[in-house]
Amino acid sequence: MADIAFLLLIFFLVTTEIVEDQGVLVRLPPWSDEPPPALKLNARNVFQVLVNKNNELLVRNEPSDLKGLRDAAKNFILNPRNDPDMALSPQNAIISLKNDRGTSYETYVTVYNELLAAYNELWEEASQSKFGKPYVDLTDSEKDKVRTEIPLVLSEAEPTAFGE
Amino acid sequence: MSKFSKYKGKKPMPAISTASLPDIIFMLLFFFMVVTVLRQSDLKVRVNTPSATELTKLEEKTLVNYIYIGKPSPQYEALYGTAPQIQLGDKIKKETDIPLFIAEFLNGIPENQHNKVTTSLRVDGDVTMGIVTDVKTQLRKQNQLRVNYSTKRRSDDL
Repeated sequence: MADIAFLLLIFFLVTTEIVEDQGVLVRLPPWSDEPPPALKLNARNVFQVLVNKNNELLVRNEPSDLKGLRDAAKNFILNPRNDPDMALSPQNAIISLKNDRGTSYETYVTVYNELLAAYNELWEEASQSKFGKPYVDLTDSEKDKVRTEIPLVLSEAEPTAFGE
Repeated sequence: MSKFSKYKGKKPMPAISTASLPDIIFMLLFFFMVVTVLRQSDLKVRVNTPSATELTKLEEKTLVNYIYIGKPSPQYEALYGTAPQIQLGDKIKKETDIPLFIAEFLNGIPENQHNKVTTSLRVDGDVTMGIVTDVKTQLRKQNQLRVNYSTKRRSDDL
């Protein structure tokens, strides 16, 4: 009996795998053949992040690193001190991400993750102060309210052809 | 000498009963049957996904389409070289084969669920963004806009 069970066990060990089906879920913009219309954006509302082929960051024209990115993004979106160089309001804030073709995927995902984390933290804070409960416990309409107040606008530019 | 000396007793030690062994093994078997799934495709590329914190779990496994990108495993290096390759299903393909691959996948699921399909990109962390962007462009052209960058969970700070 035990032999048969062992046989089955080993068969399952060999033919199956434990899946880790989790990751950063994103929504790609639809494809259009025409180039996007040139928008006139107020420079103060754009949080530009460039990643080059050496995986170095340029955040709003200042060399930066991954550690400070999340807080810098949060500070920019919320702009608690009404800095004239930061977003007019969270609704106006736009995050622009651009990388080279030679940027490593790991760096790209980490940067993307940090920017997403900035928004997730802001939503969490807004939800705590407005409704007094964590964001995950909100109803759909309450989540909508939080998200219209702080909308996630993350625009990805076509990468430049460096480093390949 | 000692009270516990094994030479003192006359009876030999009884053998440990193995009657419960099948039960234990069956328990292990059921555990593995529940937590694992059948391997869908043999990986021909090496994929070591990066780690992230803002994770979403993919709910419906039947509505997930996988695309692997990475360097060929050692035994396939002679065939495909060492540059990163795209694996669709269980074959190494070009990014121009993606439209057909997606059409085949959509064929197998009901039409009213086509907009719920997620494409899971399982990409090695060392791959450069060039090939990933090409794949993303193909997905956008095929209107497959729900994309999951498959990652591991990271618990520590950067």
